[in-house]
Amino acid sequence: MKTLLQGNYAVAEAVRLARVQLVAAYPITPQTPIYEKLSDMENEGILPGVMMRTESEHSAMAACIAASLTGVRTFTATASQGLALMHEMLHFASGNRVPIVMCNVNRVVAVPWAFGSDQSDSLSQRDTGWLQFYCEDAQEALDTVIQAYRIAEQALLPVMVAIDGFFTSHFIEPIEIPDQASVDAFLPAFSIPTRFNEADPAYIANVVNPEQYMGYRQKSFEDMENTRPLIKEANEEYQRIIGRGYEAVESVNTDDADIVLVTSGAMTSTARVTIQSLREKGVKAGLLKMKLLRPFPTREVQEILKNTRKIAVLDRNISLGKGGIWCQELKAALYPLENRPIITGYIAGICGADVSPDMIEDMVVKALERERSDDLPIWVRRDQ
Amino acid sequence: MIASEEQQEYMRSGHMACPGCGEASTMRLVLKVLGEKTIVVIVPSCVGVISATFPNSTFKVPCFHSAFEIAAPTAAGIANALRVQGREDVTALAFAGDGGTFDIGLQSLSGAADRNDNFIYVCLDNEAYMNTGIQSSSSTPQGVWTMTTPGGRQGRKKKFMQIIAAHRMPYAATASIGHPHDLMAKIRKAKNIKGTKFIHTLTPCPTGWRMPENLSAKAAMLAVETKLFPLYEVIDGTEYRITHQPLGLPVQEFTKIQGRYRHFTEEDTAILQREVDDEWEQLVAKTKGCKL
Repeated sequence: MKTLLQGNYAVAEAVRLARVQLVAAYPITPQTPIYEKLSDMENEGILPGVMMRTESEHSAMAACIAASLTGVRTFTATASQGLALMHEMLHFASGNRVPIVMCNVNRVVAVPWAFGSDQSDSLSQRDTGWLQFYCEDAQEALDTVIQAYRIAEQALLPVMVAIDGFFTSHFIEPIEIPDQASVDAFLPAFSIPTRFNEADPAYIANVVNPEQYMGYRQKSFEDMENTRPLIKEANEEYQRIIGRGYEAVESVNTDDADIVLVTSGAMTSTARVTIQSLREKGVKAGLLKMKLLRPFPTREVQEILKNTRKIAVLDRNISLGKGGIWCQELKAALYPLENRPIITGYIAGICGADVSPDMIEDMVVKALERERSDDLPIWVRRDQ
Repeated sequence: MIASEEQQEYMRSGHMACPGCGEASTMRLVLKVLGEKTIVVIVPSCVGVISATFPNSTFKVPCFHSAFEIAAPTAAGIANALRVQGREDVTALAFAGDGGTFDIGLQSLSGAADRNDNFIYVCLDNEAYMNTGIQSSSSTPQGVWTMTTPGGRQGRKKKFMQIIAAHRMPYAATASIGHPHDLMAKIRKAKNIKGTKFIHTLTPCPTGWRMPENLSAKAAMLAVETKLFPLYEVIDGTEYRITHQPLGLPVQEFTKIQGRYRHFTEEDTAILQREVDDEWEQLVAKTKGCKL
């Protein structure tokens, strides 16, 4: 049976089902309904854990790190400025190897002040050592949060689950909420031992020398690489027990495509409709949905796109001085291919600006006409 | 009880403090009282150095080297996790310096105190950023020399216990190694109270205070006996109680043994004396007749 829920509430349901023992949070638009819903659950006695209402996102993450080291399952959610304020703690979490799961509701970062969706907030945390998943809709957000706990706790690395502000976070969608027994079968009870054992005391996060530091970073890098099979296995197991799953990279009609459109997040749903209508008009277009940013699914995209001649990448984010971040990541991943495709980068939907099917259709058609890759992105704006 | 506490050591010899360090002595006394069921949170400060480098550890209890501005939420996160686990017999303890408490960690300490999370916070106040090489903090007294106030600090030392009292924590106190039994009694008291407990310790620093390394305990004692750093406790932010009646020695007994006050004129010292006397009167007024 499906329930009508906004994406933020779907995330809160996932936190409850994951039997999270400690939530630390701070309000920020458009994440706040997650915090409020978890507070309601605590008030009703259906959230088994402790709620810490911290005075900032920075302290929320600090508390999650400390609690996770003590040996309990933790959660926090944030967005935009809150994630930026947490930046120091993001490095601290991955360095301490704590399996925290966080939902980031994508929102532009000031200035100018605004509230719409933009992945720049979480994409700019790319190098902090967190796994990052981008979700298309509320159902995927719920399922991904539950999957994230299993992956995080096996890998001992933190996981960020990103959803588009106001689109995924606030749209009300029919959601299938898994039953507790199924989630329990998928996600074992938190079993990471406390790092604070009085009988065998240790010093956590000691000061090290350059060789030790570099060795630790290499080990962390290798452990991040080793999450690839864990991500795949978690999804297969989730599919087996709960009946739904999501590939790290999903391809639609790419095999015979003359052009493949690459998207991530909520825009993907619009792109699906557009690809279908282009096919009906005789344009052989395919779609590639990027869910996983770190570890980057290099082999998967190489395999899917090795025979594709033309690619258009839609980025709802911008790195000043370079371009769309997914486009740059994809270009780097495809560089080793023998027949490198012609890639066109589009910047669209920044701050939740409209990205309609006809706009996407126009982008695909124009990218199909291009004969060379351009380093600079093309800005697609309704007002121009 | 006291005898057995005094025999136990939870800090190893060979730690990396400067000779005569007031912080090391303070931590030693605190841990003697709290015992082995303690998780120590430290943050970047001199303690981050004293605690030693990998694979050594100064503390014989579990220790976590957290980030600079988050001593309080770190200890709070541990305390709440311990509650979830039913391990409330373990004490979460935070050690932070004056920079980590008065300056960069003030916001997060305020948040934790507001939630009244169950941990003990010990501020090790040596009145400047000593770990990075003697730079001024908002705990540095007015007129004092540091590397960033070569002509003497303009600002005045923040009245931190007033900020703490405003949070109405169940227990707050001042203490120092100049009066070790008073310090240990306060830690013992804090251990048995639920909620956020704050202990402000003055920890003399021979290196930064520019004084011989054998004078730390004496300097701490003189700070109390000159009324510069009175020993008292505050219950629920309202009930003040002086725990040691100071001798009321002139302030220069404290300042004259330290190079950081060397440039003080007679007038500077007279101003300092007046301030100390005024503040002592204000403190006595707050005790509202509470007896020793």
